[in-house]
Amino acid sequence: MGETITFWVLAVVSVAAALGLVFSRKAVYSALMLGVVMLSLAVLYAVQDAPFLAAVQIIVYTGAVMMLFLFVLMLVGVDSADSLVETIRGQRFWAIVAGLGFGLLLALAVGNVAFSPAAGMGRAVSGRDGNVPALAEEIFTRHVFAFEVTSALLITAALGAMVLAHRERVRPKATQRDLARTRFAGPQPSPLPGPGTYALHNAIDMPALLPDGTVAVTSINRVLARHEMEEGYAPTDPEKAALIKQVLEKDAARDAAPVEGDKPIQVKDALQDEGELRDEGEPQAGTTSRKENAPQEEDGK
Amino acid sequence: MTTHYLVLSALLFAIGGVGVLLRRNAIVVFMCVELMLNACNLAFVTFARQHGNLDGQLIAFFVMVVAAAEVVIGLAIIVMIFRTRRSASVDNANLLKY
Repeated sequence: MGETITFWVLAVVSVAAALGLVFSRKAVYSALMLGVVMLSLAVLYAVQDAPFLAAVQIIVYTGAVMMLFLFVLMLVGVDSADSLVETIRGQRFWAIVAGLGFGLLLALAVGNVAFSPAAGMGRAVSGRDGNVPALAEEIFTRHVFAFEVTSALLITAALGAMVLAHRERVRPKATQRDLARTRFAGPQPSPLPGPGTYALHNAIDMPALLPDGTVAVTSINRVLARHEMEEGYAPTDPEKAALIKQVLEKDAARDAAPVEGDKPIQVKDALQDEGELRDEGEPQAGTTSRKENAPQEEDGK
Repeated sequence: MTTHYLVLSALLFAIGGVGVLLRRNAIVVFMCVELMLNACNLAFVTFARQHGNLDGQLIAFFVMVVAAAEVVIGLAIIVMIFRTRRSASVDNANLLKY
Protein backbone atom coordinates (compact mmCIF):
# COMPACT_ATOMS: atom_id res chain seq x y z
CA MET A 1 0.00 0.00 0.00
CA GLY A 2 2.75 2.38 0.96
CA GLU A 3 4.54 1.61 -2.26
CA THR A 4 1.44 2.34 -4.32
CA ILE A 5 0.97 5.73 -2.71
CA THR A 6 4.64 6.58 -3.13
CA PHE A 7 4.55 5.49 -6.73
CA TRP A 8 1.51 7.54 -7.67
CA VAL A 9 2.72 10.67 -5.95
CA LEU A 10 6.17 10.40 -7.49
CA ALA A 11 4.86 9.40 -10.90
CA VAL A 12 2.73 12.52 -11.09
CA VAL A 13 5.55 14.69 -9.80
CA SER A 14 8.15 13.25 -12.13
CA VAL A 15 6.01 13.38 -15.27
CA ALA A 16 4.98 16.95 -14.47
CA ALA A 17 8.59 17.91 -13.87
CA ALA A 18 9.67 16.20 -17.09
CA LEU A 19 7.05 18.18 -19.00
CA GLY A 20 8.28 21.32 -17.29
CA LEU A 21 11.81 20.44 -18.32
CA VAL A 22 10.80 20.24 -21.95
CA PHE A 23 8.47 23.21 -22.09
CA SER A 24 9.92 25.85 -19.77
CA ARG A 25 11.48 28.74 -21.62
CA LYS A 26 14.36 29.34 -19.26
CA ALA A 27 17.20 26.87 -19.18
CA VAL A 28 17.68 27.20 -15.43
CA TYR A 29 14.09 26.14 -14.79
CA SER A 30 14.72 23.16 -17.02
CA ALA A 31 17.74 22.22 -14.94
CA LEU A 32 15.79 22.46 -11.69
CA MET A 33 12.97 20.40 -13.16
CA LEU A 34 15.49 17.75 -14.16
CA GLY A 35 16.68 17.75 -10.56
CA VAL A 36 13.14 17.05 -9.39
CA VAL A 37 12.82 14.14 -11.82
CA MET A 38 16.13 12.68 -10.67
CA LEU A 39 15.23 12.95 -7.00
CA SER A 40 11.88 11.28 -7.46
CA LEU A 41 13.53 8.51 -9.48
CA ALA A 42 15.98 8.03 -6.62
CA VAL A 43 13.07 7.49 -4.25
CA LEU A 44 11.52 5.05 -6.71
CA TYR A 45 14.76 3.07 -6.77
CA ALA A 46 14.78 2.96 -3.01
CA VAL A 47 11.20 1.71 -3.01
CA GLN A 48 12.19 -1.00 -5.48
CA ASP A 49 14.82 -2.53 -3.21
CA ALA A 50 17.76 -0.78 -4.82
CA PRO A 51 19.16 1.32 -1.98
CA PHE A 52 22.64 1.47 -3.49
CA LEU A 53 21.35 2.83 -6.78
CA ALA A 54 19.17 5.32 -4.94
CA ALA A 55 22.20 6.68 -3.10
CA VAL A 56 24.29 6.73 -6.27
CA GLN A 57 21.49 8.46 -8.13
CA ILE A 58 21.38 11.23 -5.57
CA ILE A 59 25.13 11.57 -5.26
CA VAL A 60 26.09 11.26 -8.91
CA TYR A 61 23.07 12.72 -10.68
CA THR A 62 21.58 15.34 -8.43
CA GLY A 63 24.92 16.06 -6.86
CA ALA A 64 27.50 16.03 -9.62
CA VAL A 65 25.70 16.05 -12.94
CA MET A 66 23.16 18.68 -12.01
CA MET A 67 25.83 20.94 -10.59
CA LEU A 68 27.82 20.53 -13.78
CA PHE A 69 24.76 21.46 -15.81
CA LEU A 70 24.08 24.54 -13.74
CA PHE A 71 27.72 25.52 -13.83
CA VAL A 72 27.88 25.33 -17.61
CA LEU A 73 24.55 27.11 -17.84
CA MET A 74 25.92 30.01 -15.86
CA LEU A 75 29.10 29.99 -17.92
CA VAL A 76 27.32 29.97 -21.25
CA GLY A 77 24.83 32.62 -20.21
CA VAL A 78 21.57 32.03 -18.46
CA ASP A 79 19.75 34.41 -20.74
CA SER A 80 20.50 32.42 -23.86
CA ALA A 81 16.84 31.69 -24.36
CA ASP A 82 15.61 29.53 -27.18
CA SER A 83 14.65 31.29 -30.34
CA LEU A 84 11.01 30.92 -31.22
CA VAL A 85 11.60 30.64 -34.93
CA GLU A 86 11.12 27.23 -36.41
CA THR A 87 14.02 26.33 -38.67
CA ILE A 88 12.28 23.35 -40.17
CA ARG A 89 8.66 24.01 -40.99
CA GLY A 90 6.24 21.90 -39.02
CA GLN A 91 9.02 20.49 -36.90
CA ARG A 92 7.32 21.25 -33.63
CA PHE A 93 4.04 19.67 -34.65
CA TRP A 94 5.61 16.52 -36.00
CA ALA A 95 7.97 16.21 -33.06
CA ILE A 96 5.03 16.27 -30.67
CA VAL A 97 3.08 13.81 -32.83
CA ALA A 98 6.07 11.49 -32.96
CA GLY A 99 6.62 11.77 -29.21
CA LEU A 100 2.97 11.07 -28.43
CA GLY A 101 2.91 8.15 -30.82
CA PHE A 102 6.09 6.69 -29.42
CA GLY A 103 4.98 7.12 -25.84
CA LEU A 104 1.58 5.58 -26.53
CA LEU A 105 3.12 2.69 -28.41
CA LEU A 106 5.55 1.91 -25.60
CA ALA A 107 2.96 2.37 -22.87
CA LEU A 108 0.40 0.21 -24.63
CA ALA A 109 2.94 -2.48 -25.42
CA VAL A 110 4.09 -2.59 -21.83
CA GLY A 111 0.55 -2.32 -20.52
CA ASN A 112 -0.56 -5.35 -22.51
CA VAL A 113 2.05 -7.65 -21.07
CA ALA A 114 0.76 -9.77 -18.21
CA PHE A 115 3.54 -9.88 -15.64
CA SER A 116 3.67 -12.47 -12.95
CA PRO A 117 4.02 -11.00 -9.47
CA ALA A 118 7.47 -9.54 -9.07
CA ALA A 119 10.02 -12.01 -7.79
CA GLY A 120 11.51 -9.34 -5.54
CA MET A 121 15.11 -8.88 -4.64
CA GLY A 122 14.94 -11.26 -1.70
CA ARG A 123 16.16 -14.24 -3.66
CA ALA A 124 19.02 -12.34 -5.28
CA VAL A 125 20.47 -11.15 -2.02
CA SER A 126 19.73 -14.23 0.03
CA GLY A 127 22.84 -15.67 1.64
CA ARG A 128 24.59 -12.35 1.30
CA ASP A 129 24.58 -9.38 3.61
CA GLY A 130 22.11 -7.31 1.66
CA ASN A 131 21.91 -5.26 -1.47
CA VAL A 132 25.25 -3.47 -1.39
CA PRO A 133 27.45 -6.51 -0.60
CA ALA A 134 25.56 -8.52 -3.20
CA LEU A 135 26.13 -5.84 -5.83
CA ALA A 136 29.77 -5.57 -4.82
CA GLU A 137 30.18 -9.29 -5.22
CA GLU A 138 28.69 -9.15 -8.71
CA ILE A 139 30.81 -6.18 -9.74
CA PHE A 140 34.09 -7.51 -8.42
CA THR A 141 33.69 -11.08 -9.61
CA ARG A 142 31.62 -11.57 -12.73
CA HIS A 143 31.90 -8.05 -14.07
CA VAL A 144 35.33 -7.08 -12.88
CA PHE A 145 36.63 -6.49 -16.39
CA ALA A 146 33.77 -4.12 -17.24
CA PHE A 147 34.46 -2.34 -14.00
CA GLU A 148 38.13 -1.89 -14.86
CA VAL A 149 37.23 -0.61 -18.31
CA THR A 150 34.95 1.88 -16.59
CA SER A 151 37.93 3.34 -14.78
CA ALA A 152 39.69 3.82 -18.12
CA LEU A 153 36.56 5.53 -19.41
CA LEU A 154 36.46 7.91 -16.47
CA ILE A 155 40.11 8.82 -16.83
CA THR A 156 39.63 9.40 -20.55
CA ALA A 157 36.60 11.57 -19.85
CA ALA A 158 38.45 13.67 -17.31
CA LEU A 159 41.39 14.14 -19.66
CA GLY A 160 39.10 14.87 -22.58
CA ALA A 161 37.20 17.50 -20.63
CA MET A 162 40.45 19.18 -19.67
CA VAL A 163 41.72 19.14 -23.23
CA LEU A 164 38.45 20.45 -24.62
CA ALA A 165 37.95 23.15 -22.05
CA HIS A 166 41.53 24.33 -22.07
CA ARG A 167 42.25 27.39 -24.12
CA GLU A 168 45.59 28.66 -25.29
CA ARG A 169 46.10 32.37 -24.96
CA VAL A 170 46.67 33.46 -28.54
CA ARG A 171 47.31 37.11 -27.76
CA PRO A 172 49.33 38.34 -24.84
CA LYS A 173 47.28 39.50 -21.92
CA ALA A 174 46.39 43.16 -22.25
CA THR A 175 48.45 45.20 -19.84
CA GLN A 176 47.23 48.32 -18.15
CA ARG A 177 49.27 50.30 -20.62
CA ASP A 178 47.55 48.65 -23.59
CA LEU A 179 44.15 49.24 -22.06
CA ALA A 180 44.91 52.92 -21.49
CA ARG A 181 46.14 53.27 -25.05
CA THR A 182 43.02 51.66 -26.47
CA ARG A 183 40.90 53.90 -24.40
CA PHE A 184 42.58 57.12 -25.43
CA ALA A 185 42.69 56.10 -29.06
CA GLY A 186 38.98 55.35 -28.87
CA PRO A 187 36.12 57.80 -29.22
CA GLN A 188 35.59 58.46 -25.53
CA PRO A 189 38.66 58.88 -23.34
CA SER A 190 36.69 60.32 -20.47
CA PRO A 191 34.43 58.28 -18.21
CA LEU A 192 30.87 57.95 -19.40
CA PRO A 193 28.31 60.32 -17.97
CA GLY A 194 26.51 58.96 -14.97
CA PRO A 195 22.78 58.51 -14.86
CA GLY A 196 20.55 61.41 -13.95
CA THR A 197 19.92 61.20 -10.26
CA TYR A 198 16.89 63.33 -9.57
CA ALA A 199 14.66 63.43 -6.57
CA LEU A 200 11.66 62.51 -8.64
CA HIS A 201 12.94 59.35 -10.19
CA ASN A 202 14.48 56.05 -9.44
CA ALA A 203 17.98 57.37 -9.91
CA ILE A 204 20.02 54.99 -12.03
CA ASP A 205 17.46 54.23 -14.68
CA MET A 206 17.06 57.90 -15.64
CA PRO A 207 19.18 59.40 -18.40
CA ALA A 208 21.28 62.43 -17.53
CA LEU A 209 20.45 65.79 -19.01
CA LEU A 210 22.87 67.85 -21.06
CA PRO A 211 23.16 71.62 -20.45
CA ASP A 212 20.67 72.33 -23.23
CA GLY A 213 18.09 70.07 -21.64
CA THR A 214 18.39 67.16 -24.05
CA VAL A 215 19.10 63.66 -22.93
CA ALA A 216 22.66 62.32 -22.82
CA VAL A 217 22.30 59.08 -24.76
CA THR A 218 25.46 57.56 -23.36
CA SER A 219 24.18 57.84 -19.80
CA ILE A 220 21.40 55.34 -20.36
CA ASN A 221 22.09 51.98 -18.84
CA ARG A 222 21.08 49.60 -21.60
CA VAL A 223 20.39 46.63 -19.40
CA LEU A 224 18.10 48.54 -17.08
CA ALA A 225 16.42 50.32 -19.93
CA ARG A 226 15.70 47.12 -21.78
CA HIS A 227 14.39 45.52 -18.64
CA GLU A 228 12.11 48.46 -17.94
CA MET A 229 10.81 48.55 -21.47
CA GLU A 230 10.01 44.87 -21.32
CA GLU A 231 8.36 45.15 -17.92
CA GLY A 232 6.52 48.32 -18.87
CA TYR A 233 8.09 50.73 -16.41
CA ALA A 234 8.95 53.36 -19.00
CA PRO A 235 9.85 56.80 -17.68
CA THR A 236 6.86 59.03 -17.18
CA ASP A 237 8.33 61.76 -19.34
CA PRO A 238 7.18 60.75 -22.83
CA GLU A 239 10.15 62.40 -24.49
CA LYS A 240 12.64 60.40 -22.47
CA ALA A 241 10.65 57.23 -22.88
CA ALA A 242 10.64 57.72 -26.62
CA LEU A 243 14.34 58.36 -26.61
CA ILE A 244 15.15 55.29 -24.58
CA LYS A 245 12.96 53.26 -26.86
CA GLN A 246 14.69 54.69 -29.88
CA VAL A 247 18.11 53.86 -28.48
CA LEU A 248 16.99 50.34 -27.71
CA GLU A 249 15.59 49.88 -31.18
CA LYS A 250 18.84 51.06 -32.65
CA ASP A 251 20.61 48.55 -30.42
CA ALA A 252 18.40 45.76 -31.61
CA ALA A 253 18.91 46.76 -35.22
CA ARG A 254 22.61 47.04 -35.05
CA ASP A 255 23.18 43.45 -33.93
CA ALA A 256 26.87 42.92 -33.46
CA ALA A 257 28.33 46.19 -34.67
CA PRO A 258 29.84 48.19 -31.80
CA VAL A 259 28.36 51.51 -30.73
CA GLU A 260 30.81 53.96 -29.28
CA GLY A 261 30.53 55.08 -25.76
CA ASP A 262 27.89 52.81 -24.41
CA LYS A 263 27.72 52.17 -20.77
CA PRO A 264 30.14 49.40 -19.95
CA ILE A 265 28.97 46.43 -18.02
CA GLN A 266 31.74 45.90 -15.58
CA VAL A 267 31.64 42.16 -15.13
CA LYS A 268 31.29 41.35 -18.80
CA ASP A 269 34.02 43.80 -19.63
CA ALA A 270 36.42 42.34 -17.12
CA LEU A 271 35.72 38.88 -18.44
CA GLN A 272 36.35 40.04 -21.93
CA ASP A 273 39.72 41.42 -20.98
CA GLU A 274 40.58 37.88 -20.11
CA GLY A 275 39.54 36.90 -23.59
CA GLU A 276 36.56 35.22 -22.00
CA LEU A 277 32.86 34.95 -22.52
CA ARG A 278 30.99 37.84 -23.97
CA ASP A 279 27.45 38.34 -25.12
CA GLU A 280 26.99 39.67 -28.59
CA GLY A 281 24.19 42.03 -27.85
CA GLU A 282 25.73 43.61 -24.80
CA PRO A 283 27.28 47.01 -25.17
CA GLN A 284 30.88 47.59 -24.30
CA ALA A 285 32.93 50.70 -24.21
CA GLY A 286 36.50 50.85 -25.30
CA THR A 287 36.46 47.45 -26.91
CA THR A 288 36.00 48.74 -30.42
CA SER A 289 39.35 47.61 -31.64
CA ARG A 290 39.08 44.19 -30.12
CA LYS A 291 35.55 43.55 -31.18
CA GLU A 292 36.31 42.96 -34.82
CA ASN A 293 37.41 39.37 -34.37
CA ALA A 294 34.78 36.76 -33.87
CA PRO A 295 31.14 37.66 -34.16
CA GLN A 296 30.87 39.24 -37.58
CA GLU A 297 32.40 36.66 -39.82
CA GLU A 298 29.70 34.12 -39.21
CA ASP A 299 27.00 36.58 -40.19
CA GLY A 300 28.68 37.44 -43.43
CA LYS A 301 29.31 33.90 -44.50
CA MET B 1 3.26 -2.77 -9.95
CA THR B 2 5.83 -3.73 -12.59
CA THR B 3 3.57 -2.48 -15.35
CA HIS B 4 3.15 0.86 -13.62
CA TYR B 5 6.86 1.41 -13.33
CA LEU B 6 7.45 0.43 -16.93
CA VAL B 7 4.73 2.75 -18.19
CA LEU B 8 6.20 5.59 -16.15
CA SER B 9 9.59 4.81 -17.60
CA ALA B 10 8.17 4.79 -21.14
CA LEU B 11 6.44 8.13 -20.54
CA LEU B 12 9.60 9.77 -19.23
CA PHE B 13 11.56 8.38 -22.16
CA ALA B 14 9.03 9.72 -24.66
CA ILE B 15 9.00 13.13 -22.99
CA GLY B 16 12.77 13.22 -23.14
CA GLY B 17 12.65 12.30 -26.81
CA VAL B 18 10.20 15.09 -27.56
CA GLY B 19 12.49 17.49 -25.73
CA VAL B 20 15.46 16.43 -27.83
CA LEU B 21 13.43 17.06 -30.97
CA LEU B 22 11.89 20.33 -29.84
CA ARG B 23 14.51 22.32 -28.01
CA ARG B 24 17.32 24.27 -29.63
CA ASN B 25 19.45 25.13 -26.66
CA ALA B 26 22.17 22.48 -26.68
CA ILE B 27 22.24 22.29 -22.89
CA VAL B 28 18.52 21.65 -22.65
CA VAL B 29 18.80 19.02 -25.36
CA PHE B 30 21.47 17.43 -23.25
CA MET B 31 19.26 17.49 -20.18
CA CYS B 32 16.57 15.71 -22.17
CA VAL B 33 19.08 13.02 -23.10
CA GLU B 34 19.83 12.61 -19.41
CA LEU B 35 16.12 12.27 -18.76
CA MET B 36 15.95 9.45 -21.31
CA LEU B 37 18.90 7.69 -19.67
CA ASN B 38 17.20 7.98 -16.30
CA ALA B 39 14.02 6.52 -17.70
CA CYS B 40 16.02 3.55 -19.00
CA ASN B 41 17.55 3.09 -15.57
CA LEU B 42 14.11 2.96 -14.02
CA ALA B 43 13.16 0.20 -16.44
CA PHE B 44 16.34 -1.71 -15.59
CA VAL B 45 15.71 -1.51 -11.87
CA THR B 46 12.10 -2.56 -12.36
CA PHE B 47 13.10 -5.59 -14.39
CA ALA B 48 15.72 -6.49 -11.82
CA ARG B 49 13.01 -6.70 -9.22
CA GLN B 50 10.64 -8.48 -11.56
CA HIS B 51 13.13 -11.23 -12.26
CA GLY B 52 14.68 -11.24 -8.84
CA ASN B 53 18.30 -10.93 -9.87
CA LEU B 54 20.86 -8.20 -9.62
CA ASP B 55 21.87 -7.86 -13.27
CA GLY B 56 19.42 -5.05 -13.92
CA GLN B 57 20.74 -2.99 -11.04
CA LEU B 58 24.26 -3.69 -12.18
CA ILE B 59 23.55 -2.46 -15.69
CA ALA B 60 21.81 0.61 -14.26
CA PHE B 61 24.97 1.30 -12.27
CA PHE B 62 27.13 1.08 -15.37
CA VAL B 63 24.71 3.30 -17.27
CA MET B 64 25.13 5.92 -14.55
CA VAL B 65 28.92 5.75 -14.84
CA VAL B 66 28.82 6.11 -18.61
CA ALA B 67 26.27 8.90 -18.36
CA ALA B 68 28.50 10.82 -15.97
CA ALA B 69 31.42 10.55 -18.37
CA GLU B 70 29.19 11.52 -21.25
CA VAL B 71 27.92 14.61 -19.45
CA VAL B 72 31.44 15.79 -18.74
CA ILE B 73 32.54 15.45 -22.35
CA GLY B 74 29.31 16.79 -23.78
CA LEU B 75 29.31 19.88 -21.66
CA ALA B 76 32.97 20.50 -22.46
CA ILE B 77 32.10 20.33 -26.16
CA ILE B 78 29.19 22.71 -25.66
CA VAL B 79 31.41 25.19 -23.84
CA MET B 80 33.97 24.93 -26.62
CA ILE B 81 31.37 25.52 -29.33
CA PHE B 82 30.01 28.43 -27.35
CA ARG B 83 33.43 29.97 -27.23
CA THR B 84 33.95 29.85 -30.96
CA ARG B 85 30.39 30.44 -32.16
CA ARG B 86 29.08 32.61 -29.30
CA SER B 87 25.92 30.58 -29.18
CA ALA B 88 24.62 27.46 -27.48
CA SER B 89 21.92 26.88 -30.05
CA VAL B 90 22.12 23.66 -32.02
CA ASP B 91 21.04 25.52 -35.14
CA ASN B 92 24.19 27.57 -35.22
CA ALA B 93 26.57 24.66 -35.34
CA ASN B 94 26.15 24.13 -39.07
CA LEU B 95 29.65 24.36 -40.47
CA LEU B 96 29.50 20.84 -41.85
CA LYS B 97 26.32 21.62 -43.71
CA TYR B 98 27.77 22.75 -47.01
